[in-house]
Amino acid sequence: MTFWIIEIAYLVASALFVMSLYWMNDPKTARRGVGAGVAAMALAIVGTLFNPGIVNWGYIAGAVGAGVLIGVPLSWVPLTAVPQRTAVSHAFGGLAAGLVGAAKFYLWRGEPESFTAFRTFALVAEVILGFLTFTGSLMAAGKLQEVKWIPQRPVTYPFQNAVNVGLLGLAVACGLALVYRPLELAYLFPVIVVLALTFGILLIIPIGGADMPTVISLLNSYAGLSAVAMGFVLDNKLLVIAGALDGSSGLILSIIMCRAMNRSFTNVLFGAFGQVQAKTGAAETRTAKKETPEGAAQVLEMASQVVIVPGYGMAVAQAQQRVRELYDELTKRKIEVKFAIHPVAGRMPGHMNVLLAEADIPYDKLIEMDDINPEMAQTDVVLVIGANDVVNPAARHDKTSPIFGMPIIDADKARMCLAIKRSMNPGFAGIENELYFADHTYMLFGDAKAVVGDLVKQLQGGSGLH
Amino acid sequence: MLFAPLLASAGAAEAGPAALASLLFVFLLATFIGLGVVTRVSRLLHTPLMSLTNAISAIAVVASIVITGQDHPPLINLLGAIALAASMTNIVSGFLITDRMLKMFKRPGEEKRS
Repeated sequence: MTFWIIEIAYLVASALFVMSLYWMNDPKTARRGVGAGVAAMALAIVGTLFNPGIVNWGYIAGAVGAGVLIGVPLSWVPLTAVPQRTAVSHAFGGLAAGLVGAAKFYLWRGEPESFTAFRTFALVAEVILGFLTFTGSLMAAGKLQEVKWIPQRPVTYPFQNAVNVGLLGLAVACGLALVYRPLELAYLFPVIVVLALTFGILLIIPIGGADMPTVISLLNSYAGLSAVAMGFVLDNKLLVIAGALDGSSGLILSIIMCRAMNRSFTNVLFGAFGQVQAKTGAAETRTAKKETPEGAAQVLEMASQVVIVPGYGMAVAQAQQRVRELYDELTKRKIEVKFAIHPVAGRMPGHMNVLLAEADIPYDKLIEMDDINPEMAQTDVVLVIGANDVVNPAARHDKTSPIFGMPIIDADKARMCLAIKRSMNPGFAGIENELYFADHTYMLFGDAKAVVGDLVKQLQGGSGLH
Repeated sequence: MLFAPLLASAGAAEAGPAALASLLFVFLLATFIGLGVVTRVSRLLHTPLMSLTNAISAIAVVASIVITGQDHPPLINLLGAIALAASMTNIVSGFLITDRMLKMFKRPGEEKRS
């Protein structure tokens, strides 16, 4: 009886997990997806509690209580901090997988017949994936949160990739040895754990901020795969299914991110992208043209279509509400305003969409790169707010540029471009942006929030005079 | 009999080659379903998607409950309890923040917050 209660709970939970992701295909049904996910998880937990061997109810209640106490505040973070929060939860997911693996390993020592080659292999995979996801995600979260003692720019040293690959190879070799002699070589287990923890840190150190969307997606995938491995260890289909859903979701997001940067996984992981480029050749001194908020407001008022290109700079400056006010002022004047969203804008997939949705921009105005680019030639004004590499025309023609080949938003093809920028420093990828020196580009220097606020004030003040 | 112990308490006996093979099939099919379903997710929702899958992969909670709850040496129970707390954190914060984000996506025409 108990068997079937648990199995049926798990079966229904599996179906609900699939439906949960299915309903995410449209913002209209997406919240139903969350409901399905919650129901599935509740079923899985309640089903598990029917397990006859459970006696330590106090421990369970305590741990669940602790999880709720940490989890609830963690869901209140500002949306600009969602990438960090996501990285932290990848870390928790990896930690849980690693610890469950460790617990099983030491339990199995008391029942040696459990160490079949396949299950030991799965256990090693679970532990390596789990612990490397743990430290890797914590490092990523630290970089995203800009924690003082974690360097933002990539850190490189000689033979870095050889060291990393060597470490991982050593961990795998120890794991394989453990598959053959699980009992005699049990002392290798803590070694594997330490190697995996170290590898996680070293893997993230050489990765720069601009690559974070890919890295977070990849870590998402690892967290899922560690759950799959756990499913193999425990002979549990629900774990395998839920883990596979998470793993494939992370994989797809990573592929989308890589394509959006025209880079490969290897290049992201081992490329140390984002070191400031040494200025090469005769650095011609080009000057960018400056514009005042008054002038920019007039230009915007005359336009019939305005496309806003938001980037991470908008999030850093917390300028979303001001952008919303600007959107209101312009649409009031019957100006068509659209937002051009590059897939890697921000620090995680879809980050800009969430920030703009929070500012009450209707989601039909958030246009993907491929759909907005054909409209660029008919656009009167492009307003770049805190975006940089994703609008750099060098990606199209400059073969020497590190971002060559990356699909970009064609801001330079609009009739006029206004770019808000704090200073002329290069962006996260460490590359000069040609767009700022183009003939029809005018710069608005300053904090994004302040500048957009000035534009709004100009528009509000100006409207009364006409 | 049907009463095969389910998760942790089981020895290797019931996880024979047939069980492992069927798990591989499950993994394969679930991955294909995952790829199929996730490619159709609206790009608008990629951030909520990630926090949702985050919560879903905290399904490790079922394994953690068993390890925490069963009669094992205290150290093993402690490992389980930490894993359980970590999974619970992901479940709670993952679902809550996903819903919070999804609430913000306003359909055209209902953009004004009341």
